Amino acid sequence: MKKRQNVTIKGTKEGLVLHLDDTCSYEELKRELDQKLSANSRAQDERNLISVKVDVGNRYLSEEQREDLKNLIRQKKNLVVDNIDSNVITKEEAHRKKAENEVMTVSRIIRSGQVLKAPGDILLIGDVNPGGTVIAGGNIFIMGSLKGMAHAGCYGNDDAVIAASSMKPSQLRISDSINRTPDSTISNEKREMECAYIDDDRQMIIDRLQVLIQIRPNLNRLEGGH
Amino acid sequence: MGEAIVITSGKGGVGKTTTSANIGTSLALQGKKVCLVDTDIGLRNLDVVMGLENRIIYDLVDVVQKRCKIHQALVKDKRFDGLLYLLPAAQTVDKSAVTPEQMKELMTDLKQDYDYIIIDCPAGIEQGFQNAVSGADRAIVVTTPEVSAVRDADRIIGLLEKQKNMESPKLVVNRIRNHMMKSGDMLDIDEITQHLSIELIGIVADDEEVIKASNHGEPIALNPNSKASIAYRNIARRILGESIPLQPLDEVDKGVFKKLKKFFGVR
Repeated sequence: MKKRQNVTIKGTKEGLVLHLDDTCSYEELKRELDQKLSANSRAQDERNLISVKVDVGNRYLSEEQREDLKNLIRQKKNLVVDNIDSNVITKEEAHRKKAENEVMTVSRIIRSGQVLKAPGDILLIGDVNPGGTVIAGGNIFIMGSLKGMAHAGCYGNDDAVIAASSMKPSQLRISDSINRTPDSTISNEKREMECAYIDDDRQMIIDRLQVLIQIRPNLNRLEGGH
Repeated sequence: MGEAIVITSGKGGVGKTTTSANIGTSLALQGKKVCLVDTDIGLRNLDVVMGLENRIIYDLVDVVQKRCKIHQALVKDKRFDGLLYLLPAAQTVDKSAVTPEQMKELMTDLKQDYDYIIIDCPAGIEQGFQNAVSGADRAIVVTTPEVSAVRDADRIIGLLEKQKNMESPKLVVNRIRNHMMKSGDMLDIDEITQHLSIELIGIVADDEEVIKASNHGEPIALNPNSKASIAYRNIARRILGESIPLQPLDEVDKGVFKKLKKFFGVR
């Protein structure tokens, strides 16, 4: 009986898909991939670049191995790797992804000089005093008063929002936009239940909390928003 | 076993040393055995305020570096019958001469013999602060009704909350000028306590007598007729666990005003 092939090439609407078997050794796979692609490139002689998707099944590839495979395929003149798809990720990555999608609930006062940082959303039950900082990869919700600095979407997420029961920040940052309070604000003006977001013109807007319902429907987690 | 209480503020000049001297004095007046420890090495003041400057022989650095025994360095306050002692800071070296571990050890030793150890902390958040708080069981944060002092107090409270084995700090609002607070030119006491959200243990009015007394080397707490003195004595009693209502600033003023009116014969 003929040995099962470790590398199979399939054509789909989006382009070629290379299915790489996940039970053989990596070295064996590389050798076979090399052979197969070399044979292939002799057959066709077009100059167009063809994008290829690589599906490695249940095999985990390190960054080095990914680069290695990409290089190997790229060397075959008209093939470009679009992405490498794997069913497995490391625990580390899984934890990171989980953290990014989590709401971290913190119950304390962020005092001057203190920094609260989380990769996902932050729900703070307490105040942020002047000089205190809250940084989140996602949204920031503050149940007390925000008198310090808040930075939402710090990894470049423009959709992130900041909401606070009392909005008197020294500075607001969303993604890479920065907004500070105007110098001429009336200090005893009530700024209750407000939110900050970036609108379509990339301007930071501070408005009533209720507008978020229209503007950021994806804040709803129940309906599979994230 | 006694208790070590650190008096701190972050910002300089808000009245840490005065507060330390007066709380120590008031506790001694209540019959407690008290040791004042000045940790502001290089910039010592507490001995001057207590009027004990010219009796210093050894200092805190001599003790931690084992050049003398603790009891040799302690300066006894003759006004109190063996109830109040001062461990002065060194003036010739700086704050790096002592480590937090050494301070912890020193506090453990002192706690054997004294009911209360009042530690006067230097301004700032550097080594001097770390030294002062490392051996303390409780902390009192002193602030004045100024935005900058409150901001620094906030920072200090944050650092104190990180300390292990320390109770939540208590707040003293010092140098209150009632007329400015009323007119809104100074931060309100409620505003300050709400902002810092720690328990208020005392308020002290701005009183010229305090400065006079300090310059004479006699803590104001020894003078029972001054407003500030009563405020400090009340703080001491609250430290001892008594529950005493805060003295309303208004009524004191009204009282004085009434007396004046009576004096001038105005009805």
